[in-house]
Amino acid sequence: MPEKKIRVLIAKPGLDGHDRGAKVIARALRDAGMEVIYTGLRQTPEMIASAAVQEDVDVIGLSILSGAHNTICPQLMKLLKEKGMDDVTVLVGGIIPETDIAPLKAAGIAQIFLPGTSTQDIVDFIHQRTAQPS
Amino acid sequence: MADTHTKTSSLAESFAKRSPSERERAWEKNTLAPTLAKSPERQAEFTTISGHRIERLYTPADLPNWNPDADLGQPGEPPYTRGIHATMHRGRLWTMRQFAGFGTAEDTNERFRYLLAQGQSGLSTAFDLPTLMGYDSDHPLSEGEVGKCGVAISSLADMEVLFDQIPLSNVTTSMTINSPAAVIWAMYLAVAEKQGADLSKISGTLQNDILKEYIAQKEYIYPPEPSMRLVIDTFEFGAKHTPKFNTISISGYHIREAGSTAIQELAFTLRDGMEYVEWGLRRGLEIDEFAPQLSFFFNAHSDFFEEIAKYRAARRIWYKAMTERYGAKSARSYALRFHTQTAGCSLTAQQPYNNVVRTALQALAAVLGGTQSLHTNSLDEAWALPTEFAATIALRTQQIIAHETGVASTVDPLGGSYFVETLTNEVERGAWDYIKKIDSLGGMVAAIERGFPQREIAEASYRYQRELDNKEKLMVGVNAFVSEEKPLDILQIDETVAHRQAARLKKLRAERSNDDVVRRLSALRTASKTRDNLMPFILDAVKSYATLGEICDALRDTFGTYEEVAIT
Repeated sequence: MPEKKIRVLIAKPGLDGHDRGAKVIARALRDAGMEVIYTGLRQTPEMIASAAVQEDVDVIGLSILSGAHNTICPQLMKLLKEKGMDDVTVLVGGIIPETDIAPLKAAGIAQIFLPGTSTQDIVDFIHQRTAQPS
Repeated sequence: MADTHTKTSSLAESFAKRSPSERERAWEKNTLAPTLAKSPERQAEFTTISGHRIERLYTPADLPNWNPDADLGQPGEPPYTRGIHATMHRGRLWTMRQFAGFGTAEDTNERFRYLLAQGQSGLSTAFDLPTLMGYDSDHPLSEGEVGKCGVAISSLADMEVLFDQIPLSNVTTSMTINSPAAVIWAMYLAVAEKQGADLSKISGTLQNDILKEYIAQKEYIYPPEPSMRLVIDTFEFGAKHTPKFNTISISGYHIREAGSTAIQELAFTLRDGMEYVEWGLRRGLEIDEFAPQLSFFFNAHSDFFEEIAKYRAARRIWYKAMTERYGAKSARSYALRFHTQTAGCSLTAQQPYNNVVRTALQALAAVLGGTQSLHTNSLDEAWALPTEFAATIALRTQQIIAHETGVASTVDPLGGSYFVETLTNEVERGAWDYIKKIDSLGGMVAAIERGFPQREIAEASYRYQRELDNKEKLMVGVNAFVSEEKPLDILQIDETVAHRQAARLKKLRAERSNDDVVRRLSALRTASKTRDNLMPFILDAVKSYATLGEICDALRDTFGTYEEVAIT
């Protein structure tokens, strides 16, 4: 029986339009055999949470370069919890100051990937994470 | 579409047609062959960061039909390969124009005045995302974004603070604003008028390049058609009232940052320029009436010679396109003037002090390529907006290039290099291939609607990421020469900015004449449904302290908004 594909939602929250990273990651995860849904630009936390439920994803990858992560991430985590999606793995990639990393992880973000991360590291992280028994 | 990779085959053909001199052939046999037999080269193939193939050696055999008089020319004369001024940086150094903006108008005004005091020669304004998207600071979608990526400007009141004690009659200002460019420009002109400046004499640059927003940076509000109308409205208004102001800065910078190759950056930018020209002509403007106010903006990436070739080729292509395609008669229309910014995407979060070195080398390429103005990035920008400390080093980098290295002492010092001239020819040829392809798609707006440039860039960007992942291309500190380091002290944007902005907007809405605002917004809305130039209506609205959001909403009512079909 074929193994169930890992489902990933790549989302670009906030007003920023710089989507190079989001698109590269979407393609790299797809090339690694995952099912990837890309939301497109300017998604609110509500839109992302709804899409995550609708698409029944295992992983959400947020691309944030604008400095709005401290506002967006806690809002999204709260919404996911309300929708019973506590088990989804949420990753953040982008421009994130070091001092913000610990608070974001405390808010439930599984991992933060900074500029220069190899796409293989992200693929490996997702595999490791989704292999864990929930 | 043939990109740089598939192009290597046709390049290989052209090299096969080389007819080296007898001495060169003898060198290959007597000196090169034994060397290669003894110690092979480091790689089988050498390519630029864009994937463009680079040969071992360039000689006169690479320039068989090259004519220095026609292809190189003299500086200040067509085809401008050597630069657009006879004396270039001997006569006048490039403008050192550091992009700055964060927090409130007060915060950025302070940084502006600091930079001017440090010897910077022009201003360049970064606006925050709500401003770029035409939302006021107190709009729900602005939450978390106010003052983060630039300065928050919601009304003329903010603009007055931004340029407080900065005489706009003497300082040239560049404003990185696109979809709402007409509104922000109107605010700027209103401030200049209030300061008593003569609009016909003030100078500066409005980015106003909506096409590259659809292609790369994605900060658009309205669909292409009405967006282009707004751009042409500013051309028409500028030609009449502000002849020294660059009404547009046609930008390759963001195209490159989105992951394009150098040739794609050049081709898409220049074809964008041609698109604006065609829309201006269709409006009934005379080519030499508005083209002198078109300026360009390129990236300075890390591949040193490829970048220099790109700037040289840019001038040659623009000269040919403007004269041959559009019949420009004035040198001010066909001599390409450009600003350069070093490549933000080349900065690394790892070992960030190395970014000073990267930036210096990129800036050197821009100077050798004949730039008119330059922004050098700060070392901490893979982490946050720059601190004053980092921004000062970035400015000092330009001052060192200008005053210590001697590279500004002669015009186009690389002119006549077999390598640089060959690369200039190849980059030019590659760009024309793309330009003609876009012509065949029906122009740039049509090409964008079909996703053509977006797809080409996505391909190039993914290919480069693969090359990094596979270590076929190395980035020091990222996939090679990795080491541990201490975190940097970075700029933290005060979280009270949004509250302060919201309070200021509340006060503004209470104090201004709201009847006046409503009347002027309604006049703008009515005009937006006609073919009238909207600049006078926008200026009128701005002067009544109608906010950016209110003005953009009035236009949203008529124009609608744009959603792209995402390509991944």
